Amino acid sequence: MMQTAEMLKVFARHRGNAIVIPGRGGKHWVPLSDKPNRDLPMGDPAMGGHAMFGLGVALARPQDRVILFDSEGDLQMSMGVLATIADQAPKNFYHFLLDNECYATTGGQPVPNAKNVKYDELARASGYQRTYSFTSLEEFTGAIGDIMSQPGPVFVAMKVLPEIINEAIGRRPRWQTRSRTQVIEDLQKELGIVG
Amino acid sequence: MAESQEGFLSPQTVLAELKKNGVTHVLWLPDSETNWLYTLMKADPSLTLVPVSREGLAFSGAAGVHAGGGKPVILIQNTGMLEAGDSLRGWGLSLNVPVVMMVGYRGYTRHGVNTDTVADYTEPFLMAFGIKYYLVERDSDAERISIAFEESRKKRRPVAVLVGDEYHGFN
Repeated sequence: MMQTAEMLKVFARHRGNAIVIPGRGGKHWVPLSDKPNRDLPMGDPAMGGHAMFGLGVALARPQDRVILFDSEGDLQMSMGVLATIADQAPKNFYHFLLDNECYATTGGQPVPNAKNVKYDELARASGYQRTYSFTSLEEFTGAIGDIMSQPGPVFVAMKVLPEIINEAIGRRPRWQTRSRTQVIEDLQKELGIVG
Repeated sequence: MAESQEGFLSPQTVLAELKKNGVTHVLWLPDSETNWLYTLMKADPSLTLVPVSREGLAFSGAAGVHAGGGKPVILIQNTGMLEAGDSLRGWGLSLNVPVVMMVGYRGYTRHGVNTDTVADYTEPFLMAFGIKYYLVERDSDAERISIAFEESRKKRRPVAVLVGDEYHGFN
């Protein structure tokens, strides 16, 4: 397993000008990003929707690469999204999955069949042509350049160490620096989109 | 192509309304008898059809399309709308996404005697979420679809169109 923060540092070197949806990796990505106005750190508007949100951005912005850091708990809620993404086959969409095998923000309870689900195989069986799976940062570091040189949709499953939170929600430190609506407005301004 | 029928809502009319309002992406899960509309939309190069496997995904997908500068519309049935409540809240209302959701009004009969319990809960559900809705049953009601688009744009929030003729006009 790898540390999410370390993995994101490696990824950052390959980001280019892509739009990044950091998902559950948001707290590590926000201080790391060199293009915050091209980021969409959404936090958790409603669990189960991140992949479809990423697809929506990718379909609306075919001229931009869209990178999503999804999580396995989120994806398990909406596994059918893999078929929808494969059906649309956006060449600009890169779907990374942070698999920590648990619901970290509720105390670390395991997701269903946590250690045995092979998400890259699910993605491939759903129609993704290019899928990968990594358990170590070294392997990921060696492959990320090649992965990003390929057309999407690409699926990359990564085993990451859980960062379990038991603190009551009201006492947790906020990592978001902008509201969700502000995040969208900033992206649209950056892209020259008139709302 | 079916002839336009007075008293029914035709798929051609629905498609014309979507195009008039600049829709770019249709996020949908088919409800009963929508095959004509699907055939028409599929043949239209200006629309991207995005099929989802459950209705909540239509809301997060619409939020993404909106964030990227596209204009989404959601086509679902009232059954799926009920299940999609948290996605509607989180990905629709809380993100100020201007989107029209056209909702097949299963169980609605115009006569006050609903044929499915989902019809009993449809309007109370929308009221609970504070979502304005318009009922469309026939071609002569179609301008309400444009009114819904205008309202969603001005207020930057989801607005519903209840399609009360799903068992006739789309067939």
